[in-house]
Amino acid sequence: MVDTKVNLCGIKLDNPIIPASGTFNYGYEFNDIFDINILGTFSFKGTTAEPRLGNPLPRIAECEAGLLNSVGLQNPGIEKVISHELVELEKVFHKKVMANICGFSKEEYVSNCEKIDKEDIVGWIELNVSCPNVKHGGMSFGTDPDTLRDLVRAVKEVTTKPLIVKLTPNVTDIVKMAKAAEDGGADGISLINTLLGMKIDLKSKKPVLANTTGGYSGPGVFPVALRMVYQVYEAVDIPIIGLGGVSSAEDVIEMIMAGATAVEIGSVLLVDPMAAVKIINDLPIVMDKYGIKNLEEIRGVAHNG
Amino acid sequence: MKDSIYTVKENKPLTSSVYMMTLKGDTENIRPGQFVNIKLPQRYLRRPISVYDVSDDELTLIYKVVGHGTDDMSKMDEGIKLQIMSELGNGYDLSLSGKKPLLIGGGVGVPPLYYLAKKLIEEGKKPYVILGFNTKEEIFGEEEFRKLGIEVAVTTVDGSYGIKGFVTDALPENYTYVYTCGPLPMLKAVYDRTDTSGQYSFEARMGCGYGACMGCSTPVKNGYKRVCKDGPIFYKEEIVW
Repeated sequence: MVDTKVNLCGIKLDNPIIPASGTFNYGYEFNDIFDINILGTFSFKGTTAEPRLGNPLPRIAECEAGLLNSVGLQNPGIEKVISHELVELEKVFHKKVMANICGFSKEEYVSNCEKIDKEDIVGWIELNVSCPNVKHGGMSFGTDPDTLRDLVRAVKEVTTKPLIVKLTPNVTDIVKMAKAAEDGGADGISLINTLLGMKIDLKSKKPVLANTTGGYSGPGVFPVALRMVYQVYEAVDIPIIGLGGVSSAEDVIEMIMAGATAVEIGSVLLVDPMAAVKIINDLPIVMDKYGIKNLEEIRGVAHNG
Repeated sequence: MKDSIYTVKENKPLTSSVYMMTLKGDTENIRPGQFVNIKLPQRYLRRPISVYDVSDDELTLIYKVVGHGTDDMSKMDEGIKLQIMSELGNGYDLSLSGKKPLLIGGGVGVPPLYYLAKKLIEEGKKPYVILGFNTKEEIFGEEEFRKLGIEVAVTTVDGSYGIKGFVTDALPENYTYVYTCGPLPMLKAVYDRTDTSGQYSFEARMGCGYGACMGCSTPVKNGYKRVCKDGPIFYKEEIVW
């Protein structure tokens, strides 16, 4: 009997599988498709203070081994998330959820995190400093170590729940950013958000996305994500959530061998709504195949020797 | 929403770029105006295609080759198995049709109106159909609609067949409701030139097709809606142009 349980910043997960922010909305709708309580947890849609419609359409473009998106943090705003989305979620989801929080200023991040921290159903706050699709917010907080450290410190002052900082790969040195987050008091790190990319339509001779650029995700980014998880694991002492193109139980195990404590899945859910179920079911089988009894014993094992 | 395997039974061209694909599989709960989302080997995202017709165990789609995915589809032979998500989208609400609903389709917006017309006829309604195309060579579906025993008007922009002009040049005197699907400028023209309420089917570049990614959200009065899950059918009263 293999054990898929992991401990993420003091909270036990039945398994390390976490649908990533932006691919699972606020969760409750998908309870019609499968029992969402089988998940380790999930990270809800990136939430800002004000409601946001997001960027103009088209905001999806397929590309080799994945897709580009420029959704731009469409969300109903934090007040409605608390008064409606989380109320609906509590009716069907009996675990702690990860709250993905974004902002356009330090004050907004702090205020949003302070509010969401008070919600019982929230187990972790995932600080989104890595959205590539909004101007003057999101990623701009995750590309300068001093700004990031300062932001994390400010958020930590007003929150009690584990704070996980979600990093962007669009930097010259991911390790510097991870260390800055840790220095600021982060309890964990999740990486990677999407890679900034674009696609041009040959007929119109123009970018496919109305926003010109978008975030690239899908199996094509998995090796990049894995490498970054590996590097960050060597540099920090806090838990890491690995994400970026994870599409199978094998990918999950690779991430954990690189040093991840838990794993988020995103793009694969857009192609297969049952992907989380399949990966959760496959995980013990694949663990057994490689003689893995529990995930703790293989965490970071790729670094040995 | 259901995700299951369908088998291609027939796949044939109707015009130089429009194809009809008939598939065997589970069709039990598919409603008019809904769409399916097809996983193609070699392509990462699925391809959303509107439903043309449904029988006991057969699903018929009509699609235009516009890119790599639909080009792949056009080359598929009988017997190929495809992973298809079905029962997607809200579909048309038939209860508001009145006795003589007007069905207006433009180009590849024509297909979803066929299954709708069949269902309306089953309910004893007398739909009037207007099909709009650019030119005679692009016309498909006219005979099938006529075989249902209903009035059909065809328009072509260049006047090479039927009434010269746009679908709005063929509006009848009396109708009780509007169901429409077609390119955005056509939907806008129908919106402006018809005087009853109606249901308008929208198209968008989608990510997931089942409401997860917000890739296809579009503004409506009082907020936004996902074309894939809250749509693709929007009521006239809620549309924002």
